[in-house]
Amino acid sequence: MLVITALAVVRTRSLFAVVTLSGVFSLLSALLFVTLDAVDVAFTEAAVGAGISTVLMLGTLALTSRSERSEKKTQIVPLLAVVVTGAAMVYGTLDMPNFGSPDAPAQTHVGPEYFERIPKEIDVPNAVTAILASYRGYDTLGETAVVFTAGIGVLALMSGLGRRRKEDEDDPDQEESSA
Amino acid sequence: MRHHLILRVITKLLVGTIFLFALYVQFHGDYSPGGGFQAGVIMAVGFIIYGIVFTLEKVKAVFPPWLVHKVVALGVLIYAGTGIYSLFYGYGYLDYAAIDPHHPVHGQHLGILIVELGVGVTVTGVMVAVYYAFAARAPSLSDEDW
Repeated sequence: MLVITALAVVRTRSLFAVVTLSGVFSLLSALLFVTLDAVDVAFTEAAVGAGISTVLMLGTLALTSRSERSEKKTQIVPLLAVVVTGAAMVYGTLDMPNFGSPDAPAQTHVGPEYFERIPKEIDVPNAVTAILASYRGYDTLGETAVVFTAGIGVLALMSGLGRRRKEDEDDPDQEESSA
Repeated sequence: MRHHLILRVITKLLVGTIFLFALYVQFHGDYSPGGGFQAGVIMAVGFIIYGIVFTLEKVKAVFPPWLVHKVVALGVLIYAGTGIYSLFYGYGYLDYAAIDPHHPVHGQHLGILIVELGVGVTVTGVMVAVYYAFAARAPSLSDEDW
């Protein structure tokens, strides 16, 4: 179903349908994550991928045109690049352990140690939260800082701050550059 | 969307539920899937859906842009401030045992709760700010355009 949705995204010309389909794609991959027992990731995918990003895409769509321009050229080189990358990824998965295999790196590396330590040191039922917020607190702080920086960037680029300055100075050159 | 009566009524019903669910995901992150990031996004969705159905001006009256900008920075400050707090009490940076030295496990609980709150606040702020930034530029669409 993921493949069908992806193909539909590529084939469809109406951008509105494409945005909706990419929301469907996110929801389907969230289901995939649930199957893999990664409930936290699935939750994030469903909320961010299917929820927020679809809304933001629609917001962007309102600023631009609704349909894609049709491309007449045949695209051999992009197709080749996609096929080669896809083949490399499939080749990479050959080395991966089987689904649910007990001697996968996830089960043998640092995982068991965490599961041993968490009940004693943190005592939080959801191990993902314990690792994210406590053992990997620096990383999560960094992620928050990334979100913060991204937000600041969007604000600096798009919000009314520039427009307010433009009104103050009433400079025609600046009006052109920010329009 | 003035004439979409059903949408408006359903949205009014849903927004409260969405906020409640966001708070649940936020503060129940220790026990069930979820945490600051997810809760922040869900909280932001509440504001965004309100903004879509009841015009941008209405939602800006509820959650004004200047407040959004402050909230974005506040979350990071809460998170980093927790680390500074533990430094002051002679522990490592972000060592939550500092919050309750007699009962380190309890301190960990509180610490996780606080930093997750920081994450949630920042994510909410950023998402709403991005939505405002996009929506403020778009000319309001008539229903036929869709």
